[in-house]
Amino acid sequence: MNDSESKPLSDVERIKSASQHLRGTLVESLADPLTGAIADDDTQLSKFHGIYQQDDRDIRQERRKQRLEPAFSFMIRARIPGGRMTPAQWLAFDAIGRRYGNDSVRVTTRQAVQFHGVIKRRLKTTMQAINTSLLDTLAACGDVNRNVMAPANPATSPAFAAVQAAAQSMSDHLCPRTNAYHEVWLDKEKLIDTADEVEPIYGKTYLPRKFKAAFVIPPDNDVDVYSQDLGFVAVVEAGQLVGFNVMVGGGMGMSHGEPETYPRLASTIGFCRPAAVNAVAAAVVTTQRDFGDRTNRKHARLKYTIDTHGLAWFRDEVNRRLDEPLEAAREVRFTHTGDRYGWQQASDGSWQHTFFVENGRVADSESQQLLSAMREIASLNAGAFILTPNQNVIVAGLNDAERREVAALIAKYNLSSDSVSALRAHSLACVGFPTCGLAMAESERYMPELVTKVDALLDKHGVADVPIVARMTGCPNGCARPYLAEIGLVGKAPGRYNLLLGASFNGDRLNRLYKENIDETEILATLDELFAGFASQRHAAESFGDFLHRSGRLTRSGTPTDFHSPQAVTR
Amino acid sequence: MSTVAKAVAATLPLEQDQLDSLTALGQVLPPDALLWSSGYLAGIAAARASAQDAPTSPVATNAPRLTILFGSQTGNGQRLAEDLAVQAAQRSVNARVVNLSDYRPADIRREKAIALIVSTHGEGEPPDDAEALYDFLMSERAPRLESLVFSVLGLGDSSYAQFCQTGIDFDARLAELGATRLADRVDCDTDFAEPAAAWADVTLQAAANVATPVATAPILHAVKTPLFSAERPFASQLVVNQKITGRDSTKDVRHIEFDIDGSGLTYEPGDALGIHVANPPALVSELCEVLGLDSSAAVGDSTLAAALSDTFEITVASRAFVDRYAALTGNAELARLLEDDQRQTLAAYLAERQIVDIVREHPSLPTAAEFLACLRPLKPRLYSIASSPLVSNAEIAITVAAVRYEAYGRAHWGAASTHLADQRQPGDSVSIYVEPNPRFRLPTDPTLPIIMVGPGTGVAPFRAFLEHRDASGAGGDNWLFFGDRESREDFLYQLDWARYRKRGVLTRMDVAFSRDQTAKIYVQDRLREHGTDVFAWLQRGAHLYVCGDATSMAPDVHAALIDIVATGLGDDRAAAEDYVKQLKRDGRYQRDVY
Ligand code: SRM
Ligand SMILES: Cc1cc2nc3c(=O)[nH]c(=O)nc-3n(C[C@H](O)[C@H](O)[C@H](O)COP(=O)(O)OP(=O)(O)OC[C@H]3O[C@@H](n4cnc5c(N)ncnc54)[C@H](O)[C@@H]3O)c2cc1C
Ligand SMILES: Cc1cc2nc3c(=O)[nH]c(=O)nc-3n(C[C@H](O)[C@H](O)[C@H](O)COP(=O)(O)O)c2cc1C
Ligand code: SF4
Repeated sequence: MNDSESKPLSDVERIKSASQHLRGTLVESLADPLTGAIADDDTQLSKFHGIYQQDDRDIRQERRKQRLEPAFSFMIRARIPGGRMTPAQWLAFDAIGRRYGNDSVRVTTRQAVQFHGVIKRRLKTTMQAINTSLLDTLAACGDVNRNVMAPANPATSPAFAAVQAAAQSMSDHLCPRTNAYHEVWLDKEKLIDTADEVEPIYGKTYLPRKFKAAFVIPPDNDVDVYSQDLGFVAVVEAGQLVGFNVMVGGGMGMSHGEPETYPRLASTIGFCRPAAVNAVAAAVVTTQRDFGDRTNRKHARLKYTIDTHGLAWFRDEVNRRLDEPLEAAREVRFTHTGDRYGWQQASDGSWQHTFFVENGRVADSESQQLLSAMREIASLNAGAFILTPNQNVIVAGLNDAERREVAALIAKYNLSSDSVSALRAHSLACVGFPTCGLAMAESERYMPELVTKVDALLDKHGVADVPIVARMTGCPNGCARPYLAEIGLVGKAPGRYNLLLGASFNGDRLNRLYKENIDETEILATLDELFAGFASQRHAAESFGDFLHRSGRLTRSGTPTDFHSPQAVTR
Repeated sequence: MSTVAKAVAATLPLEQDQLDSLTALGQVLPPDALLWSSGYLAGIAAARASAQDAPTSPVATNAPRLTILFGSQTGNGQRLAEDLAVQAAQRSVNARVVNLSDYRPADIRREKAIALIVSTHGEGEPPDDAEALYDFLMSERAPRLESLVFSVLGLGDSSYAQFCQTGIDFDARLAELGATRLADRVDCDTDFAEPAAAWADVTLQAAANVATPVATAPILHAVKTPLFSAERPFASQLVVNQKITGRDSTKDVRHIEFDIDGSGLTYEPGDALGIHVANPPALVSELCEVLGLDSSAAVGDSTLAAALSDTFEITVASRAFVDRYAALTGNAELARLLEDDQRQTLAAYLAERQIVDIVREHPSLPTAAEFLACLRPLKPRLYSIASSPLVSNAEIAITVAAVRYEAYGRAHWGAASTHLADQRQPGDSVSIYVEPNPRFRLPTDPTLPIIMVGPGTGVAPFRAFLEHRDASGAGGDNWLFFGDRESREDFLYQLDWARYRKRGVLTRMDVAFSRDQTAKIYVQDRLREHGTDVFAWLQRGAHLYVCGDATSMAPDVHAALIDIVATGLGDDRAAAEDYVKQLKRDGRYQRDVY
């Protein structure tokens, strides 16, 4: 069945199968007073429960000298399909972030929320608080289907509600069934024999790797559907949702210097009717479950399964698992990936406001009391909160009266995004230091100041009003989808980044490595030169990424070499 | 044969050839070596002696002789007792030295003359080794002692409320039981050398008339003289000064290591390290300023600043200081504090003040000489050794909590702890010596289990214990109780414990962090929680060690222990008290508290 069966399974596979459906020794780990950490194996299992063990990397060395263990804390990721929250839920999360977390609510690039800095002895209380808010964290991480993304902007299309519903239903369909979550965190009765438990879709060892799905309504591509393992692209005719194009095999993650790892755009394999969505999703997931590479986690994502066996083979295998085979894909067109800031009116006449949240960090700072502002807005208990894949927040479904109240608060806290530059408005940064255990360079903490410096260059060349998608990540894992940015910066070492250029503005073309391992000075110098050319030779309405290709400053092979060998065309 | 040797030959318990080889040695060895070997031999002798007749005490001939009894916790009393024995011998007074821990209380009946040297610990309590005799004499069972003559030397520290209380108690009780004083009791403060010598002199003169004279040679009484001592410290180099509490901790605790490579300095886990220090520079200038004295004023062949910095105690306020300062200033308010009915008030007063605070409250403009005369000499501080010689005999480690606090709107410092924490960096020289603590020792049987209770810096000696048991492959189980404020910030040596847990050396560890939750939880609570197991371990022969705070922790732990044992014995408190007393006598309940 699986050509790599000969090779030994990866260690995580052992842990999963020994865990009795993700229980492991979590209960014992939580009870151990001698350490702020949990047992090594449990750190793998906790992910399936939405929990990552981390430590404050800023003081790691210092603590070692102090003969103290690292300052362990936990990141909790809530699962919020399509990013939809009620104001009450936002208030609950706000309280959790302030009481148990690091005084912030972190909106993620998958429309979810992360709490950082929760210490072990508060973990269970925090989990219970999240659950009383009627949201959970189950399968927010781990080798399962992650938080399902869906269009964030209600104003885009009359099919919005239908697509949201499909996303919610598919999310429920692929949710793990294990009772472990409820036992460990919610003190639910322990199952006598965990062997009785069945995971109809996943089975005992779940998936070989994480799995990500998104729904999208063209021409918006806010979810970056090309970066997803599984994408459902809404086909809307006369305001009616008729079905979805099915895309598979997208993914960003790669490792520096390992050409066998690479980002990949999702490929379209057909079209399905709304009613078939869950069946199609299950067929794709089970194919990956059965054929994904369980021997090497760096080669286990769906994109590699597809490239190993071939796209045609994959389509056939999926069709084999369906009652009705996929139909031929329909024509679709995407125009952009970003959010539309400020006020908009939806087709149903209700109002919505899209708030700019720099890198998703909702917190109070000297410059802006964002956390307090959102709290006050939520206390109006009006409309809905929608988290966007661009780490922003939309407050939607407001009537005229509510709109006025929100407007007043926007003024009070001066949250208007008018002053936000086009570049900043289209920038993303992953979390990175100090919490991310995989970070190689700063990201969220550094991007804002770099953007200011790059803005100055754009200003100098008179192109500051051109929207450019710029994304930074602290390592090549690609959490802010940097390979789909016109300007991508991927951390290599403290203060050093790979500069990738030339993705399309609508997210259907990957960028490529331009210069490797460079510092800020060289980043700015390089961009300065390119901006000069852009300013003088730009065609009307041409995006920066397109310009770099047309002007020959960048060529593209469309193969992994694009990401592993720098191509700075000097002229 | 040297004349000395001839003179003593007659009385020597040596064969001629043995004597010859000894004399030969005497001629070849340099003075230092001689001194050392005399101690070495005495050591062997002592070891054999105690091996033979401990715990029962040898009351050999009924020829009347002076029995020098000492009860001592940190060694001062022991040294004085041993010196007294030497002097007795020099004056041909028939005498013997016995540590009270090796003394059967009932034997007091058969004594003719005793010289009792005893310190006071805890809050006015006898040192552990003196407890048995103390209880016996204070009890109903105490015999009449008409035929006994005695003399008491009390050791103490006038910064404590119950100054020399134990000495006072013994002295009064012995008289009450009909015994007669050879000499009046003397209460010594921390600068005890002179008063103790004077007392020894009077006592021996009086004793000479009671005890039958014997001809003895000093060498037989030569006492083990360690290479280094408080008087002759080793100038070591500080090699590590590392804060071991987290950045958000309310405390500053340091792990400090000294280079003792090749020094010949030897120690055992349980011993303490004596450290010579200087006072905080800021405090020295503050004091001069308050007194309106010029810090550069000449004092002897040095300056006032130097004297206040290196020679005198200027942090810890004491009864002695209040006494002398009151006299100097004729201050009635202070004088009142010294009256007998004011003991508690004085204690409270002293506990809250350093010398500078008292001077600020009762200002005066004395001359440098006058003021210095009010002060006690700066005494070295002791720190439990936190390392085992088996792991490294090149470095010796201690754990120091820096004493810094606000009072009366001013910063206050502890002399030694802040000297080490702030003034001493790697490479700097620090004068140290080992203060042996024979009453805080691992069981000689490596297979016996031990329970260690050491919150805060009290955990220091247990790091040494575990290193030692690990390195020596001792098989016995080890159970550690630790406590502090916050687990994240104050988990002293957390990585070390984790390592020992992995290696299976640390069989069990229970922690109490008072500020991790709203309810304050302390080690004694954890002990009670696991009382059944604690009692089971004791029944298995476990040795129990308590180290750290003397004021509240040690008594609370003691109370918990009594409760635990009482429960274990079917709610029999009386039996529990005896059980625990017996543990102490058997050396299975040892405390090192400060
Ligand atoms: C919070 C978030 C970034 C953000 O700034 O918003 C994030 C943060 C982390 N990601 Fe991610 N990823 C996040 C979206 C993504 C995305 C974007 C997406 O899903 O659309 C990607 C690229 C798409 C993909 O999966 O290929 C992504 C690819 C990764 C990878 C690489 C996976 C791979 O196939 O190589 C890792 C590392 C791994 O899985 O081994 C990773 C691992 C992590 C971890 C959990 C680090 C770890 O494993 O210890 C990061 C936690 C940092 C922290 O301190 O919070 N994260 N991560 C995003 C949370 C999304 C969510 O709510 O679920
Ligand atoms: C056998 C033994 C072992 C010891 N082991 C250790 C050890 O391992 N680690 C360790 O850190 N210490 C240990 N100590 C205690 C140590 O010897 C010192 O007493 C301690 O470091 C304080 O000395 P200092 O010179 O810094 O402060 P000092 O100058 O001696 O005293 C400070 C003065 O301030 C007062 N004071 C202190 N804190 C406060 C406060 N919060 N509020 C008001 N007044 C206050 C005191 O009453 C005193 O008058 C041990 C003591 C003994 C006897
Ligand atoms: C923890 C502790 C408690 C003490 N309590 C008293 C006391 O209550 N009264 C007193 O006069 N001296 C007290 N002292 C001072 C000692 O009696 C003094 O240091 C004496 O020199 C110790 O002699 P030793 O080494 O023979 O035990 C205490 C010392 C320590 C370390
Ligand atoms: S991209 Fe790398 S550094 Fe950034 S959050 Fe993801 S794993 Fe961490």
